[in-house]
Amino acid sequence: MTQTFMNWGMTHEWAWFTATIAGILLIALPLMLAVAMIIYADRKIWAAMALRRGPNVVGPFGLLQSFADGLKVFLQETIVPSASNKGLFLIAPIITFTVALAAWAVIPFNSGAVLSDINVGLLYILAISSLGVYGVVVSGWASNSKYPFFSAMRAAAQMISYEVSIGFILICVVLWAGTFNMNGIIEAQRGHGFGIVNGFFFNLLLFPMWVMFLISSLAETARAPFDLTEAESELVAGYQTEYSSMSFALFWLGEYANVLLMCALNAILFFGGWLPPLNIDLIPWFDVPGWIWLFAKILFFFFVFSWIKATVPRFRYDQLMRLGWKVFLPLSLAFVVIVSGYLMFTRYG
Amino acid sequence: MIQAIAFYLFATLVLASGVLTIVARNPVHSVLWLILAFFNGAGLMLLVGAEFLAFLLIIVYVGAVAVLFLFVVMMLNIDFAELRAGFVKNFPLGIAIALVLLAELVLGVGAYRAGALDLGTADGMAAPLAGESNIENIGALLYGRYLFLFESAGIILLVAMVGAIVLTHRGTRSPRGQQNIARQIARKPSEATVNTKPEIGQGVEL
Repeated sequence: MTQTFMNWGMTHEWAWFTATIAGILLIALPLMLAVAMIIYADRKIWAAMALRRGPNVVGPFGLLQSFADGLKVFLQETIVPSASNKGLFLIAPIITFTVALAAWAVIPFNSGAVLSDINVGLLYILAISSLGVYGVVVSGWASNSKYPFFSAMRAAAQMISYEVSIGFILICVVLWAGTFNMNGIIEAQRGHGFGIVNGFFFNLLLFPMWVMFLISSLAETARAPFDLTEAESELVAGYQTEYSSMSFALFWLGEYANVLLMCALNAILFFGGWLPPLNIDLIPWFDVPGWIWLFAKILFFFFVFSWIKATVPRFRYDQLMRLGWKVFLPLSLAFVVIVSGYLMFTRYG
Repeated sequence: MIQAIAFYLFATLVLASGVLTIVARNPVHSVLWLILAFFNGAGLMLLVGAEFLAFLLIIVYVGAVAVLFLFVVMMLNIDFAELRAGFVKNFPLGIAIALVLLAELVLGVGAYRAGALDLGTADGMAAPLAGESNIENIGALLYGRYLFLFESAGIILLVAMVGAIVLTHRGTRSPRGQQNIARQIARKPSEATVNTKPEIGQGVEL
């Protein structure tokens, strides 16, 4: 894109600057739209599994429900509790929202269609997603109220626990792909299974890693069954209890943008990202643009997330900690050893 | 030009947030300023091309260590005025520690400049693996030339971790019932339920 702007007579630096801004808008605005629609989809799927109708009043099939909700919170009054720490109280939702958007900078939508093609893309994602916990912790503390504070403590412990095993799982993928670059990881999956299947999931050593990654990503985004940070039966609404209006909406948007990001990571790391599922040119299989494959995979994983939310009861906190530290951590550590040992024998030995 | 702007932005923010870490009245604010300092330090590392170290700094320090700091500081009800009272008394000690750290930095940079540490040159011309990303270079150094130092650092950390667990581990089980998840999952309906057909007026014996 920089080249196009330079052809319009800009200097290189200005062209780069304009191209980057344009790229950010090109990702962030459709992402916001996608988040609005995905909230609608989430409610519809959830309703269908509970044999209800879900939102069906605003617009055709209730499609505009999220926009109506957005307008409602936009017109509400922002209430800041008098005992709260005002600056931090207002910064916390901004942190959550910004961090959720920032991680999308390295997600490739097609070969070459990525905002910033850095060679440590996966590390960037890990770093940014580890910042996500601050929004929750700071909001819980700044609210100066008991339930948000409990929620913040839970969130801090939960996210650190699951980030450890996510880190080890990602190391397995990186070892196999031989690169931290997101596009490189996707390219490494081309024809991974007998030259036919695109994706690391078709691999006896990496398939268990994918299952653990799916469960850990549920815990990392605090989705059901790991939504202990906002367990309504225990903590009212958790860290969001004191929030209203746009500050609440920012949490809401950030949370769903994070869920979409985790779905995208599942698709990119284990299911071949923008590659078609099979490496055979069925019909005009290769002519379908890459981003359509990526979006289809993201939506599939989002359906799985909603499905789990509708069916699995919430974990108890000690069970959550046990799963993270006593099951996932040893298992993923063992797989790091097994995967690196296997690669040492077959590829580098 | 953008690089220069970014450098001055990050450098100013590191210094400012470092100062605010010390002078902030609220300990939670202190930790948050410290996190901002880490973050901008990572930005400076990115500018000199050490992207692996920069992201590692964020993942390890901002993502894990500082969260635990925050966790502890939020839970403790620290009386900060009381802490401040010891400022004059502890000032010489603080200066001494700062001098030791400065001396270490000077020694480290001096050793590197004198060529005692073979880490390649700063412009990347004589890196261990020329033309590779700095992940590969760090890997080649840590698992090649400095393998034993690296592994012994790992063992020291492991011993420290085991020590901390041993010190805090309580051997006696709590009086509360323990959940045996494996047993719960292995349980079948046939073991848990009994179908009986009691005679009228008889009652059931289990």
